[in-house]
Amino acid sequence: MSLRIVVTVKYVPDATGDRHFADDLTVDRDDVDGLLSELDEYAVEQALQISENSDDDVEITVLTVGPEDAKDALRKALSMGADKAIHVEDDDLHGTDAIGTSLVLAKAIEKAGYDLVISGMASTDGTMGVVPALLAERLGVPQVTLLSEVSVEDGTVKGRRDGDSASEQLEASLPAVVSVTDQSGEARYPSFKGIMAAKKKPVESWDLSDLELEAEEVGLEGAWTSVDAAAQRPARTAGTIVKDEGEGGKQLAEFLAGQKFI
Amino acid sequence: MAEVLVYVDHVDGAVRKPTLELLTLARRIGEPVAVALGNGAADTAATLAEHGAVKVLTHEASEYADYLVVPKVDALQAAVEAVSPAAVLVPSSAEGKEVAARLALRIGSGIITDAVDLEAGDQGPVATQSVFAASFTTKTRVAKGTPVITVKPNSAAVEAAPAAGAVEALSVSFSAQATGTKVTGRTPRESTGRPELTEAAIVVSGGRGVNGAENFAIIEALADSLGAAVGASRAAVDAGWYPHTNQVGQTGKAVSPQLYIANGISGAIQHRAGMQTSKTIVAVNKDAEAPIFDLVDYGVVGDLFDVVPQLTEEVKTRKG
Ligand SMILES: Cc1cc2nc3c(=O)[nH]c(=O)nc-3n(C[C@H](O)[C@H](O)[C@H](O)COP(=O)(O)OP(=O)(O)OC[C@H]3O[C@@H](n4cnc5c(N)ncnc54)[C@H](O)[C@@H]3O)c2cc1C
Ligand SMILES: Cc1cc2nc3c(=O)[nH]c(=O)nc-3n(C[C@H](O)[C@H](O)[C@H](O)COP(=O)(O)OP(=O)(O)OC[C@H]3O[C@@H](n4cnc5c(N)ncnc54)[C@H](O)[C@@H]3O)c2cc1C
Repeated sequence: MSLRIVVTVKYVPDATGDRHFADDLTVDRDDVDGLLSELDEYAVEQALQISENSDDDVEITVLTVGPEDAKDALRKALSMGADKAIHVEDDDLHGTDAIGTSLVLAKAIEKAGYDLVISGMASTDGTMGVVPALLAERLGVPQVTLLSEVSVEDGTVKGRRDGDSASEQLEASLPAVVSVTDQSGEARYPSFKGIMAAKKKPVESWDLSDLELEAEEVGLEGAWTSVDAAAQRPARTAGTIVKDEGEGGKQLAEFLAGQKFI
Repeated sequence: MAEVLVYVDHVDGAVRKPTLELLTLARRIGEPVAVALGNGAADTAATLAEHGAVKVLTHEASEYADYLVVPKVDALQAAVEAVSPAAVLVPSSAEGKEVAARLALRIGSGIITDAVDLEAGDQGPVATQSVFAASFTTKTRVAKGTPVITVKPNSAAVEAAPAAGAVEALSVSFSAQATGTKVTGRTPRESTGRPELTEAAIVVSGGRGVNGAENFAIIEALADSLGAAVGASRAAVDAGWYPHTNQVGQTGKAVSPQLYIANGISGAIQHRAGMQTSKTIVAVNKDAEAPIFDLVDYGVVGDLFDVVPQLTEEVKTRKG
């Protein structure tokens, strides 16, 4: 038996950097460092753990849709221990929305071949948390999403989903799409050996024609949503800061009373 | 006037507040038609009618509880086909976003998530989003199909607006995918008696500075004196001091209360992503350089073990 896992990983602007929009109201990716979306590290980690706990032959492919620099995200995932990588890159992809991204990812996943897709719970830039559900819809397979615990055995994926009102145990047959939360387990750091090995691992590059997609189906032109304006939030006016010299709690109460909270 | 579908978030017939907010927003762009699914669906009608629903489409079936997400997508799709709405509004819960996304794809429409405001526009509804940890505000529109928009809690004040709220049974046939993901067990969360984190007017949070699960009693006592919900930073949650369901931030809950009080929290970008839009922000931290102080309306540099209990006593005295 063999198990083919595809992990979707996004290359995003560093959240601790100065993120902003370009003139066409897409994310400015030139002026801020990019990296593998931290929440996708958890997806790679769970793929590695499923592989380590399995008697089957497991092959882990990491897949990204993004500009040239997105190779950095793939390298990071390969150095953690994934086996190979696919980079979907095409100038016409600039400005693609969530529906379009899911189209490209689904086509690439089908072309690569898969038994299990693992995604992060959300990207750290768009933070929509919808791509895994969209992939399940497009691929016509079960979605087993937002898992804080996941296991695969005998063609079945099981997991725990911690929701607002209840914690649920879920189960589905493969093939399936899974997404994991940052509660699923710390992601490992790449070892020096892993970093060296990653340099020799295969990275395939596909463009839209490899996926039999037309430029009009994706990109800013093909997007089903439109961003009409983006404005920086005005900086908060400096607040009052006091040092506690024994009366700090009372001073704070006075402030809260003044604001009618008490 | 055009009809606007509103997906109802309810627990056994008790409607959650974010849905009532959606009814207020829906009235800005059309006539709200509510869709309530699962156990107790019909019991939602009176509340929905009070808040402006002209019609309540209901469907009860065990599939909604026994399988994940897809049965709800099937039902919403049936509602879209029955009504031909001008837009579909869904509360921005984790599940709400998944339901909305699959619906949008099926009906050939674009999707906008996490809107914080909504108004009518020449080319359809215009959503306001607060992005990049609330450092930017965008105006966004759906350019193709029936706009599907998810809206964050606390995005509008709930307004009463009595309407007919006529209950109609929705006819739903489940798709082949509906039973794909089984819910094999469910452990309901125990109620603390405190307000829901995302719906509360006041949130009192504790971070690594609280230094131990037992010390969260200090945070809870302050919360109770103010009638507030309790939040926690990821550092506090990861240390096992407080449940993950109370985590505020990028991977926890996004809150937008009237008042947010951060205690022993440094103010990392991922925490700010979940609380930066709070109306008034207060912090207690012993480090004057903590980044949280850049956000505050009022900050106390001091030891939370001194400041918080004193504040709690003062609140109790003033409230009598
Ligand atoms: C601030 C902001 C707001 C946006 N708002 C909207 C909107 O309202 N509607 C809309 O249609 N689009 C929107 N977009 C565009 C949207 O973010 C992108 O199209 C994106 O690729 C898909 O959504 P997400 O990044 O939010 O992914 P999520 O749905 O949050 O991602 C979940 C998971 O899907 C996988 N994934 C997502 N993108 C990729 C990728 N490119 N390559 C590999 N794996 C991936 C990852 O595993 C990720 O963890 C927005 C973008 C930004 C930056
Ligand atoms: C992908 C990703 C997602 C994340 N998601 C979230 C999220 O959703 N929510 C979240 O909160 N974090 C999140 N984080 C973690 C985040 O980066 C920070 O690590 C976290 O917010 C720190 O929590 P803290 O402020 O409690 O702890 P620290 O940063 O350690 O700060 C503790 C503060 O307490 C103060 N303090 C200590 N003792 C006292 C005392 N006696 N009295 C007063 N003050 C005291 C200290 O001065 C310090 O400022 C995420 C990180 C990543 C990478």
